[in-house]
Amino acid sequence: MLKRLLLRLISIAITLLGVSIVVFVAVRLVPGNPVAMMLGPGATAEDAAALEALLGLDKSILVQYWIWLTNVVQGDFGTSISLRQDVLTLVLGRLPATLELAFLALVFAALLGGMLAVTGTIRRGGWTENGIDLWNGLTLSTPDFLWGLFLILVFGVWLQIAGISGRISPQLDLPFTTQFYLIESVLRLRFDLTANLIGHMWMPALALALPLSAMIGQLLKQSLKETMHLDYVTLARAKGFTENQVIWREAMRNALAPTLTLTAVQFTHLIGGTVIVERLFSYGGLGNLAIDAVINRDLPLIQGIVLVFAVIFVLINLAVDLLYAVLNPRLRHG
Amino acid sequence: MSAYLEITGLNAVLRGTRTRVLRDVSLSVSKGQVHGLVGESGAGKSMIGKAILGVLPRAIEVASGRISLGGQDLGVLPLRERLRVIGSQTAVIPQDPLTALNPSRRIGPQMTDRLTRTLGWQKTRANHRALDLLEEVAIRDPERVLHSYPHELSGGMRQRVLIAAAFAAEPKLIVADEPTTALDVTVQKQILKMIADMQTRHGTTMLFVTHDLGVVARVCQSVSILHSGMVMEEADIRTMLTAPAHPYTAALLAATPRYTDPEASLVPVSDTVLAGVAEAIRASDTLWGRA
Repeated sequence: MLKRLLLRLISIAITLLGVSIVVFVAVRLVPGNPVAMMLGPGATAEDAAALEALLGLDKSILVQYWIWLTNVVQGDFGTSISLRQDVLTLVLGRLPATLELAFLALVFAALLGGMLAVTGTIRRGGWTENGIDLWNGLTLSTPDFLWGLFLILVFGVWLQIAGISGRISPQLDLPFTTQFYLIESVLRLRFDLTANLIGHMWMPALALALPLSAMIGQLLKQSLKETMHLDYVTLARAKGFTENQVIWREAMRNALAPTLTLTAVQFTHLIGGTVIVERLFSYGGLGNLAIDAVINRDLPLIQGIVLVFAVIFVLINLAVDLLYAVLNPRLRHG
Repeated sequence: MSAYLEITGLNAVLRGTRTRVLRDVSLSVSKGQVHGLVGESGAGKSMIGKAILGVLPRAIEVASGRISLGGQDLGVLPLRERLRVIGSQTAVIPQDPLTALNPSRRIGPQMTDRLTRTLGWQKTRANHRALDLLEEVAIRDPERVLHSYPHELSGGMRQRVLIAAAFAAEPKLIVADEPTTALDVTVQKQILKMIADMQTRHGTTMLFVTHDLGVVARVCQSVSILHSGMVMEEADIRTMLTAPAHPYTAALLAATPRYTDPEASLVPVSDTVLAGVAEAIRASDTLWGRA
């Protein structure tokens, strides 16, 4: 067990190192450079050279990478070129907003997908299942940002019943000491603020959740339907259990594994999707910051954000592996 | 002796069609008796058990007929009520012990969930009951088995667990669906004796599905011979063995392997007999088609 954990940690370190190399090279290969962005068109060649030297961009890419990596290992991600602030502080300040949005979207996707899967399994082979298949096809083939635009159009423009931008109403007096507004508002029992936050978050979260809910719904339904033919399910039916009880008690746990893998993989996609969706809803998260960083060619900030995303992805995969062992007793003593 | 299980004129069809898989099946089993359902594979013998328990595959539905348990017609009961009757008065000993236990749940809850959920027993009482039954099926360390997962037990152990679970709620009727077919020959005999002993001790009515006439002769008091979902002959066991009324029964008996002369005993069912069977099925289908 200890050996497996150790191997796992080593592989995580290698993954992150790889990501750091790719992002470091990639941001330097794309056209446009930060010096030109900062100085504007009227700058002289000497000014540009001076700024390049100041930022360390005159050194070779290998030397640059080595300096950056040794600093990162010590927890210093550098200073944002455009915002003149510490990258780590910036990123950690925005990360909670994105995490809360992503997890709310995950909850939406799991609830919606689970509901569709169970309903489709109970009513399998009928019009209800056909309807669910159709709906899932529709939600799956429409990308999250289009759902975002659609929701803005319907609820923000036509019906005008929901606010369409920001994370929380700006005129509110905020008692928060952390950036985890949603969690803190619940812990402080300020449910008025929770409601306000959810009121802002539900649309971007739903936009992110819909495609994932279709994947969860279809795959889980398929697994459940296969499980419903197995002998132990028939046996449970003969114990006088209703279809609903049979699904939840006997079938769900065994049918869940493939859906769990898919959800984990797709959850990382969903976090990737936050970049554009946060922009659509002017939601003050990491994704919005990332777009600004790219526009300004803010190399240290881009690198910091990508590395943080990479760490999140790695942790999600680790969590899923651990969850497998909980779900499947046969894996526990491997 | 009163009949506990009574089936009259049961027809099952492929859902949405008139194609029958059970043809006008009637049989009755007296309280405490073991009734054999015998036939080749595909004869519909398991289907009858599934129809009684209401666990037919989705593609098959009951078209007509009456199934009653202890005088209670199951067909007229609303779903909830029927589930309660099935859950409290019947049980199954399944064919394959390797697939009949949920791999992700411990043995204990799988044995007791009928008691606690359907019958509303206290958890401790249900656990005591499970322990007693595991001892009755000669499992050595019942406490440990209750906390085990299915993959930690051997096939024979699992089948004994399933037998114990079937008797847990003192059901009036047990459907044993080829309970020894999937087992090693070495444990088959032992398991068969165990089922027979427990049936006698608990006085349970039993429907014993098998293709093995030797098994039928050992455990059943009466028997129905099936072909293509149709009862060819229903008789008590002595009559069936000594003076079979239907030529198909006689042919099946003749085809049963014997140790004394294995070569000569492997007689296939003759074409004349099969033609007779086909004729009977055709006649029944014509009647059904007119109805």
